[in-house]
Amino acid sequence: MSNKESTTRTLLVALAVSLVSSVFVAGAAVSLKPVQIENRLLDKQRSILSIAGLASGKMSAREVKSLFAERIAAKVVDLDTGEYTDKFNPTTFDPLKAARDPKLSEALPGDEDPALIKRRERFTTVYTVEKDGKLESLILPIRGYGLWSTLHGFIAIKSDLNTVVGLGFYQHAETPGLGGEVDNPKWKAQWPGKTLFDESGKPIIQVVKGGVDPSSPAAIHQVDALAGATLTSKGVDRLVQFWLGEQGFGPYLAKLRTQGA
Amino acid sequence: MSQPTVKEVLLNPIFHNNPIGLQILGICSALAVTSNLQTAMVMSIALTLVTGFSNLFISMIRSQIPSSIRMIVQMVIIASLVIVVDQLLKAYAFSLSKQLSVFVGLIITNCIVMGRAEAFAMQNPPFLSFMDGIGNGLGYSAMLIALGIVRELFGAGKLFGIEILPLTKDGGWYLPNGLLLLPPSAFFLIGLFIWALRSWKTEQVEEPSFRMAPQVSEQEAY
Repeated sequence: MSNKESTTRTLLVALAVSLVSSVFVAGAAVSLKPVQIENRLLDKQRSILSIAGLASGKMSAREVKSLFAERIAAKVVDLDTGEYTDKFNPTTFDPLKAARDPKLSEALPGDEDPALIKRRERFTTVYTVEKDGKLESLILPIRGYGLWSTLHGFIAIKSDLNTVVGLGFYQHAETPGLGGEVDNPKWKAQWPGKTLFDESGKPIIQVVKGGVDPSSPAAIHQVDALAGATLTSKGVDRLVQFWLGEQGFGPYLAKLRTQGA
Repeated sequence: MSQPTVKEVLLNPIFHNNPIGLQILGICSALAVTSNLQTAMVMSIALTLVTGFSNLFISMIRSQIPSSIRMIVQMVIIASLVIVVDQLLKAYAFSLSKQLSVFVGLIITNCIVMGRAEAFAMQNPPFLSFMDGIGNGLGYSAMLIALGIVRELFGAGKLFGIEILPLTKDGGWYLPNGLLLLPPSAFFLIGLFIWALRSWKTEQVEEPSFRMAPQVSEQEAY
């Protein structure tokens, strides 16, 4: 038997171990990839459906897929002009990737970036729920920084373009039990029915600390902040305002309003 | 030293030689993933499998590994297993893998896995090593699950996400202790568990590493 500690032997063992391990890892990664992509898509579709108030309780993967295909239409919007665009395929277009591409996004200077997203994409995907060709509700992607992480979510709006149908986040890494309570159904249940804009069309929806006074006239624009999660609540407040404002979906919503009127 | 038996290597780590309780290893992930029972459970299973199989594979090639690169060979095997576990979770338990996030990946650096590979699998035959890995994984799991139960039950009034203690904010009587949901609380709980364990099994108490000498001079030192 050759000497176990010789240099050749050492190199051979290192090579063999690396080779076997890499085949093993690569095999697992490649064979599981389709399932993972499917999962991610399913997770997003499930959250869109539940935010739009269409999902009920626990739905199987197949139900989610068929309901999504049946009720929801994806469209790509040019955020600068507010027009729909057919430059991209809405099922494959990835707005988050576009936000990192200098050609498809613009950097936001600090004072115009309350949601702390640094770059805003020029095109993004919106989802619509239509019935007999008429808009029933509109689901807009929103995102922004909370305390530890960027919160990615959706806000669904009724066809009056003012009343909230639902809000939710499908991806974040806030403190479980504190900021993580943005996922709490009880907190999310406050959003439906609130109205987003004042008469002049400026977003005035607010996340307020210390509780909403139901007798005040502003209560319809206010949502209770999360207990023990000031920064996450502030983040949600800012990101909702940002995406509904001029920098976000403002032009698009304005277009829709004039078309509807 | 006589050859350890399968029963010994499998059951000793649970109370007698608990990796967290006695060896104080693997604390980082024990703090991070135990705020609810479900993630604690999945993490336990993942770590137990990784420790078992890394011990098995390392033991199988132990006579081939040159001592100069043994650590890195162990790391490669452990890291490969962890990546596979992470991929499996992402494919079949997507929402859980979202919660566990980075901590599955950090099993690679978990001292328990590396410690067992170096201390046991390098000297013992494959089957025994596999059992030793599983046993140590179970010891880690026992501690994690205990932490998960206490933290989720008293921190959120739930177990596995199902309400056990009705919370005051939902009209019940239980006011949850929010501290238990934060990582530091696991430190306190692990401390208490170790205290309980060592009061029960007094042979685990360590000798003090030094004693205060009595004061001999008559004056205080300035």
